[in-house]
Amino acid sequence: MGFWGQFGVWLAALLTIGIISFLYKDNFLYKACEAIFVGISAGYWFIVYYWDNLYKKFYLQVTNHDLTSWERIIPWVGFILGVMMLSRLFEKIGWLSRWPLAFIVGATAGLYMMIYFVSNAMAQVASTIIPVFIGDWATIIANFFIVAGTFCGLVYFFFSKEHKGAFGLASRVGIWFLMITFGASFGYTVMSRMSLMIGRLDFLFGTWLGMIK
Amino acid sequence: MNLKLIVIFLLMLCLGSFALAETNTVNKDSTAVDSIAPPAPVTMFKAFDTPNDHGHSITLNWQLSADDGAGQNSVLQYQIYRWVPYLMDSLTTLRKAMTTVKEEEIKRGHEKVLKKEMRSLKKEYNAVLKELPSAHKAYPNNGYWKEVGKVPAGTKSYKNTGSKEKESQDYLPDLTDFYYRVDAVTKDSTVRASSKVFGPVQCSGQWFNTGRIPVLVAVILFTFLTIYFVEKAKNGAKLYVRPLSGIEAVDDAIGRATEMGRPILYILGLGSVADIATIASFTILSRVAKQVAEYQTELLVPTYDPLVMAVAQEVVKSAYLDAGRPDDYKEDTVHFVTQSQFAYVAAVNGIMLRELPATNIYMGVFFAESLILAETGALAGSIQIAGTDQIAQIPFFIVACDYTLIGEELYAASAYLGREPLLLGSLKAQDYAKALVIILAIIGLIMSNFGWTQFTDLFKVAN
Repeated sequence: MGFWGQFGVWLAALLTIGIISFLYKDNFLYKACEAIFVGISAGYWFIVYYWDNLYKKFYLQVTNHDLTSWERIIPWVGFILGVMMLSRLFEKIGWLSRWPLAFIVGATAGLYMMIYFVSNAMAQVASTIIPVFIGDWATIIANFFIVAGTFCGLVYFFFSKEHKGAFGLASRVGIWFLMITFGASFGYTVMSRMSLMIGRLDFLFGTWLGMIK
Repeated sequence: MNLKLIVIFLLMLCLGSFALAETNTVNKDSTAVDSIAPPAPVTMFKAFDTPNDHGHSITLNWQLSADDGAGQNSVLQYQIYRWVPYLMDSLTTLRKAMTTVKEEEIKRGHEKVLKKEMRSLKKEYNAVLKELPSAHKAYPNNGYWKEVGKVPAGTKSYKNTGSKEKESQDYLPDLTDFYYRVDAVTKDSTVRASSKVFGPVQCSGQWFNTGRIPVLVAVILFTFLTIYFVEKAKNGAKLYVRPLSGIEAVDDAIGRATEMGRPILYILGLGSVADIATIASFTILSRVAKQVAEYQTELLVPTYDPLVMAVAQEVVKSAYLDAGRPDDYKEDTVHFVTQSQFAYVAAVNGIMLRELPATNIYMGVFFAESLILAETGALAGSIQIAGTDQIAQIPFFIVACDYTLIGEELYAASAYLGREPLLLGSLKAQDYAKALVIILAIIGLIMSNFGWTQFTDLFKVAN
C-alpha cells in the first residue's frame, strides 16, 4: 500500500474512532468528525445534483440537436419549476414556490396510488385468500395463522369503533401478532447490524492495526 | 534375428490398421442405424401483439410437435426465427461505429471532429431507421431468418420482447410487419422441422392495461367512499375516531418541555415530500407548532430533504400565525442539515446531546437510523414519541421510545389531531374499505376451500 493508501486507512480509522467516541460522551473529537461528515456530504450532494440534474438532465438535453424540439422543451419545464422554488428567497414572490411543491406532491401521489393499491391492497388480499383446510397439519396450522393474523391485524387498525367486547378481543389478538412479528424482525435486524460492527472492527484491528491476519 | 523382429512388427502394424479400418466401418454403420427421422412441425402457430404493454413485443403460440413427448419423442427444443431485412445489419454496423466514436470521445475529450462524426452517424442511423418498415414489407426479398430465441421441448409459447430504445441492438420497432417461424429441433440440430411462416404481424403499445381493471374498480369504490364521508364530515356529522395513546401524549410532552424550559425536537424522517407518512407528519407538526407557539417553547426541526424543509417552514409559519404569534417564528426553527443518511444522524445526535430537548418526536419515514436516533434520545433523557409506516423500523421505536404509532396509526393521528373534514372523511373511508376487504377475504376463503379460485383471480393484478 502506498503513502496515500496508508493515509486513507489512518484517516478512516481516526474518523471511525471519533464517531464511536460518542458512546462515551459528546466530545471534541466527535464534534470535529460530525462537522467533517456533514460538511463533506452536503458538498458532495451539491456536486452530484449539479452534474446529474443541471448538467445531464437539463444542459445536455436542451443543447442536443438530435432531439426533437418537443424533447428539448420538456427539460425547461423542470428548470422553470426549479427556479420557482428559489422564489422563496424573495418575500414578495415567495408564494410562487408553492406551485412546484404542489406539482411534486400531486404528481407523485398519482403515481404512487396505483402502486400502493396493487401491492398494499390487492396483492395482500390475494395472498390471504388461501384454502385453509387443504394439505397436511403443518400447512393447515400455518395457513390458519396467516388468515387469523391478517383479520385480527386489520381489526386493530380499525379506528371507527371502540375496541371493546369481541371486537376488542380480536384487536388484542391482532396486536399480539404484530408484536411477535416485530420481535422477530428486531432480532433479525440486530444480527445484521452486528455484522456491520464486525466489519468496522475488522477494519480497525485488521486493515489498520494488522492484528488480524 | 533383428530382421525377424522387424517383419513381425510390420505384420502387427498392418493387422492393427486393418482392425482399425474395420472398427471405423462398424461405427459408420451404427451411425446410420441411429439417424433421426425429421420430427413433425408445430401446428396452429400464430403470432400477435403482446397485449397490455408499451409495445415492442410480439407473443407467439403454437401446439406442440407430434414428436414432443409422444411419437418419436425426438424434439429437444424449439427455435424461434424472425425474418429480418439486410438493412438491420446496416444498423448494427452504424451502432458499432457510434460506439467507437463514443469511446474516442472518452479518450480524447469532446473534440469538434468527433462531434461532427457522431452527428453524421446519428443522421445516417435515423435515416436507416425510417426505412425499416418498408424494408420489412419486402419479405421474403433482401433478408434472412434470424434466431431470436429458443425454448425447451414442452413449451407452447414465446414472447419476443425487444427494446424501445432506438439505439439498442435489441430494438424492435412498433408498427412494422414481422414474419416468424418456429423450428422443432432434435438432438442433431440439422434434423429439424419448420412451421409455416406467420405474418405479417405488428406490435404497438396500448393506452389501457385491461389487466388492471380490478384496480380501477377498487379506486372508484374508494374514491366514492372518501367523497361520501368527507361530505358527511363537512355537514357536521360527528365521526368517531378511537383515542390513540401516542398522540394524546403529545400534549403532555409539550407541557413538560415548557415546564422544563427545554426545546422540542421534531424529526420528519428521511422521506420525500410526496411520501404519505411525511404528509401525515406535516399535519402533526402543524399541531405541535401551534401549541409550541402558544406556550412559547422552542421548537427544533432539522430536515434531511430540502423540499421537506420548504414545506415544513410553511407549515410552522402558518401554525405560529394561527396561534396569533407570527413574530415569534424564527426562520432557523426548520433548517436543512444534509442529504446523507448517517451524516444527518450524526448531526441530530449532536443536537440531542447539546440542546437536551425535553421531547423528541419522530414522525415520518425512517430507515436504519431509527434506532440510533431513538437510543440517543433515550440516553439524553427525553420523552420520545414516534410514528412510522416503515414496518422494519417500528420494532426499534417500540423498544426505545415511550409511545409509538404503528403504521396506519400515524395517518389516523393526523386526522385525529387535525379534525379536518377532509382527513376525517378519508380515515373513515379507509376503515370502511378495510371492512370491505375483510368481507371479501372471508368470501374468497370459503370459495377457495371448495376449490373455486375464480374469485381470488380477481385480486391478482397484471403488471
